[in-house]
Amino acid sequence: MNNVNILVIDDEAQIRKLLHIILQSNGYQVAEAVNAKDGLTAAANHPPDLILLDLGLPDETGHVVLKKLREWYTKSIVIISVQSNETDIVNALDNGANDYIVKPFRTGELLARVRSALRFSNVPDDESVFQFNNLFIDLSARLVKKGDEIIKLTATEFSLLALFVKNEGKVLTHHYLLNQVWGSGYTNQTQYLRVYIAQLRKKIEEDSNRPVHIITESGVGYRFIIME
Amino acid sequence: MLLVTLSFLSLFLNILPVIAAALVSTFIWNFFFIPPRFTFHVNSAEDFFLLIGYFVIAVVHSALAYRIKQKEKRVQEEKQQANMLKLYDTLLNSLSHELRTPIATIIGATDNLLMPGGKLSDEDRRSLLLEVSVASLRLNQQVENLLNMSRLESGFIRVKMDWCDVNELVYATLKHLEENLKKHTIQINMAEDLPLFKLDSGLMEQVLFNLIFNAIHYTPENSQIIINAACVDGNCIITVEDNGKGFPPEEIERVFDKFYRLRFSKTGGTGLGLSIAKGFVEAHHGTIQLQNIATGGAKFSIKILTGTSYLNEIKNE
Repeated sequence: MNNVNILVIDDEAQIRKLLHIILQSNGYQVAEAVNAKDGLTAAANHPPDLILLDLGLPDETGHVVLKKLREWYTKSIVIISVQSNETDIVNALDNGANDYIVKPFRTGELLARVRSALRFSNVPDDESVFQFNNLFIDLSARLVKKGDEIIKLTATEFSLLALFVKNEGKVLTHHYLLNQVWGSGYTNQTQYLRVYIAQLRKKIEEDSNRPVHIITESGVGYRFIIME
Repeated sequence: MLLVTLSFLSLFLNILPVIAAALVSTFIWNFFFIPPRFTFHVNSAEDFFLLIGYFVIAVVHSALAYRIKQKEKRVQEEKQQANMLKLYDTLLNSLSHELRTPIATIIGATDNLLMPGGKLSDEDRRSLLLEVSVASLRLNQQVENLLNMSRLESGFIRVKMDWCDVNELVYATLKHLEENLKKHTIQINMAEDLPLFKLDSGLMEQVLFNLIFNAIHYTPENSQIIINAACVDGNCIITVEDNGKGFPPEEIERVFDKFYRLRFSKTGGTGLGLSIAKGFVEAHHGTIQLQNIATGGAKFSIKILTGTSYLNEIKNE
C-alpha cells in the first residue's frame, strides 16, 4: 500500500489537514491542491491513484473540474460535499464521479470509501467469478449460490445483480440502474427499481429488511458492498 | 337607537367615518323626528338647538367609543409584542444553550488535552476525546435542524416525489438511529401488500427520524416504539407510537409549534424536531397528528394522500 497516491483538492485548510493526517497514517501518499486550477495541474503532472474532490471550490465548481478530469483521467474520483444536496451528488455521480462523501464525515466511513474506490481503480474488467462471504456469483455461468443453495433469479434480477457485482462498492444512481437494466426509455420508472431491489434482497440477503449487500443511499441510489 | 348604532359603528371604524356617521344620524333624526317631519327643514330655534345638541352628543359619544377602541387595540398590541419578545427570548435561550453546551465541551476538552505538561491518564484522555465526539455529533444535529427550519421558513422547499418503498424507508431511518436505539425495542408492523407510494423519500426519512428520535429521547429506557404503515383509501398512513408517559393533554395542541418545548421537559432539544416533521408532512399536503394512547404513551399519525403502485401490477419478467 506504500505507493498509493491520493490527491486532495479542497480549499479548506482544516479539511486538507484532517484528510492528510487520516490518509497518511493509514499508509497513503497524499498530495494537496487548494483550488480547481492547481488541482488540474497537479493531477496532470503526477496522475494519482485516487482523487478526493471538493464540490465547492473558489475558482471553479467541482462539477467543472470533474468534467475536465474525466476527459482523460480514468481512475476513481470521490466527491466531497458540504451540502447534503442530493441533486448535486446525483449530478456528480452521473458525470463520472465514483462515489461521494458528505462533510462532516466519520473517519471509518471515509476510509471505507477510499478503499473501495481504490479497489475499483484496479478491478480487471473480465473477472466473472465473485465470492462475497456466503454469496457465490459466477456471471458467465449465470450461477448464484447462497451457501450451498442455488438461488433462482429472473433475467431482470440477474442483470441487476451483475451490474451491482461489477461495480462493487460504488454508488449507482437510480437513473444509471434503470438505464442499464431496463433501457433509456425507463429512466424515470423508479417503481420497477424499488420492486426488483426488494425482490433481489429477499433472495440474496439473510434479512431483507436489514440488508448487508444492497445498501440504500437515500435519494441517490444503491451501493453493493461486501462485508469488510 | 341611532346612538346605539353609532357607538357600535365607532368601535369598528376610524374617527373620520365616525364623525360622518354622526352627521348622517343627525340628519336622519331631523328628517324623522323634528317637525315638519319627513323634511330636512328646521322651523323653530328650539328645534335647531335640539338638533345641534344631538349632533354634539353624537360626536362626543362616538369619539369616546373610538378612544376606548384605540386603547384596547394598544393594550392588545403590547400584549402581542410581549408574547413575541417572550417567544424570542425562549428561542434565544434554548438555541444558545443547545449550541453553546457542545461548543463549551469541545473547547474545554481540547484545551485540557493540549495543556503543556498535563498529567492526563490514557483513560482520562480517551474519555475527553469521547466527550468531544459526542458534543460535535450533537452540534451537527442541531445545525441540521436549524438548516431544515430555515428551508421551511424561506419556502425554499422542493418536494421531489418519487416511488418509495415505505418498508425500505423505515429500515433505512432506523439504520441511521442505530447508536441511539440500544436501550429501546422497536416493533415494525407493515401492512401486507403495502403498495409503493409517491413521496419525497429524503423529507420523509427526516420526518420519521425526528419522530423516532423524539420517542427515544423522551421515554424511559426499555420502552417500546411501534411503527405501523398501511394504505387506507389511497392514503399513506404511518404511525409512530411509544409506551412512555404520553403528553400533558393541555400541551398536545402546541407541540408542533416552532421552538415549543414542554414545560418541565428535560434538556437536549431546541423544540424544532416536531415542527420540522409537521412542515415536511404538510409539504406533501398531508397531515400529522398527536394523540395520547389510553393505555399510556403517545402516538403520532401521518396521513398523506398520494399516488400508489402495487407490486403485483408489474409482471415478473
